[in-house]
Order: sequence, then structure tokens, then C-alpha cells
Amino acid sequence: MPELIAKSAIDAGPVTKGGASLALMEPGPISSIALYAHGAEAGAKGLETLGLSFPAPGQSQENGAARILWTGRDQAFLIGAEAPAMEGAAITDQSDGWAAFSLSGAGVEDVLSRLVAVDVRLSAFAPGQVVRTGLNHMPMILRRASAEAFEIYTFRSMARSAWHELEEVMGQLAARGTLKS
Amino acid sequence: MRLTCPLCGSRDRREFYYYGADTYLNRPAPDAPMAAWDDYLHLRDNPAGVTRDLWYHEQGCAQWLKVTRNTVTHEISAVELVAGPAAGGKGASE
Ligand SMILES: [Zn+2]
Repeated sequence: MPELIAKSAIDAGPVTKGGASLALMEPGPISSIALYAHGAEAGAKGLETLGLSFPAPGQSQENGAARILWTGRDQAFLIGAEAPAMEGAAITDQSDGWAAFSLSGAGVEDVLSRLVAVDVRLSAFAPGQVVRTGLNHMPMILRRASAEAFEIYTFRSMARSAWHELEEVMGQLAARGTLKS
Repeated sequence: MRLTCPLCGSRDRREFYYYGADTYLNRPAPDAPMAAWDDYLHLRDNPAGVTRDLWYHEQGCAQWLKVTRNTVTHEISAVELVAGPAAGGKGASE
């Protein structure tokens, strides 16, 4: 087989504006795990081998580099580890379909609040929680990694738009910050 | 307007696609009389009060939802999954 050269979704370096930093992530393999009807038990056995279990709605789990994010009814994305051989679920390789960004810093909530119509404050959105919603009009999976860091997963074909939207808002907030002081 | 998706929680109306009356869930048998099919496809009530309709959580979990709401007071009294409870969700795997 020919040796293919992996390219990132977009050619963009890390950028910091105001209180937020945006960077490309290399999350590794991404697999959709969609449980069959009555597949929960068998699916759980497969995930056990990675030290993970199927996440409850809106939740995620982490074990080393492997993460599993709830993405829908009876569906989760396994990220950062190859999917184990498992019964009870349809496994689809999605690695090439997604772009992942990390957004971090004290100003993350302000940035996201301008683009996302869910409550991203720490009181309503704890570390480890996941929502599937829109980044402006683009589909997005959003996971809070810590108090001041989010992971953003969006369609790879929309990576440039998503990056642009985020960087614009970061710039606007940074400009606003200079007015205040 | 906000809908509380049973899976995703309270979300803005813009995340949802409106489909129409929940009549669509009661598809007649293939050999049902023409009148039943006519009713299913074309005839809808227009109640002043409680109504039930289908919404799709397009920019969320991609589930069809049955929403019970009041057209007079705008109160939303129930939002349920058309597909039923999730096998791997809360209560099943915990
Ligand atoms: Zn939903």
C-alpha cells in the first residue's frame, strides 16, 4: 500500500488573542460506536478492555489518551484509541471526517458565548461534560476538558470556517478588552 | 422558545426542525381505505389549546421528539423521544 502523508485539516498555527488561545488538536483515531438494540451489555464488554464504559447522555470518560464522548442516543465517539473488537455495536471509522481544536484560557467562556447557544458557564457545564450543538451554524461536538479548556470537534470540511469564526470573536473580545483598560 | 430535549437538556428553538402534527406517527396499514390515507396525509386539526407535534433535534442529538404544547398559553408540557429510552443512556448502563 502506498504511504499516505497525513495532513491537518487546515494550515493554522496556534493563536492567542485576549484571554483565549486556539490551537489545532491531533486527537488520533475517531470511531463512532453506535449500539445496536439490546447491544448495551456486549458493547460495555468491548469498552471495558480500554477501561471505559458507555457514557451517559452529555458525559464523557477518559483513560490515558483514550476518551469516549456521548454524541447521541446510543452513540458515542471513541477518540484517541483504536476501537476494540466488540459485539453489540456498529463501529465506523470517522477519523478523517473531523477537525479538532482546543480553546483554552481565562476567556474561553466569553468566546464560546458569542457562537454557541448553550450555557457554557462552569456552573452549567462541568469538566467532562459534552454537548452536541452548533458553532454558529456549524455542527459541533463540544467537550469541556477543564475549567479553562474546551475541545471543539467539527466537520473537517468546515474547519476553515470554524477556525475563522473563533479567531474573529477572539479578536473582537481582545479589542473590547483594550477599550476597558 | 426553548425545548427541553430528553437527551440534551434545554435548547434554543433554532436547534430544532418543526415537522408537524404527531399524526405522522400513526401510519395507516398499506391496505387501509383511501379515506384513512387522505386523513393521514392531508387532514390536520388546528386546536386552540393542547397540541402534539414532531420536532427534530437537528443541531443536537438528531432525535425525533414528540412535543406537547399549548397554542394559547405557549406552555410546553412534555418533550419525549419518539424512539423510546436509550439502551446505553441513563438508567440502562448505570
Ligand atoms: Zn437532543
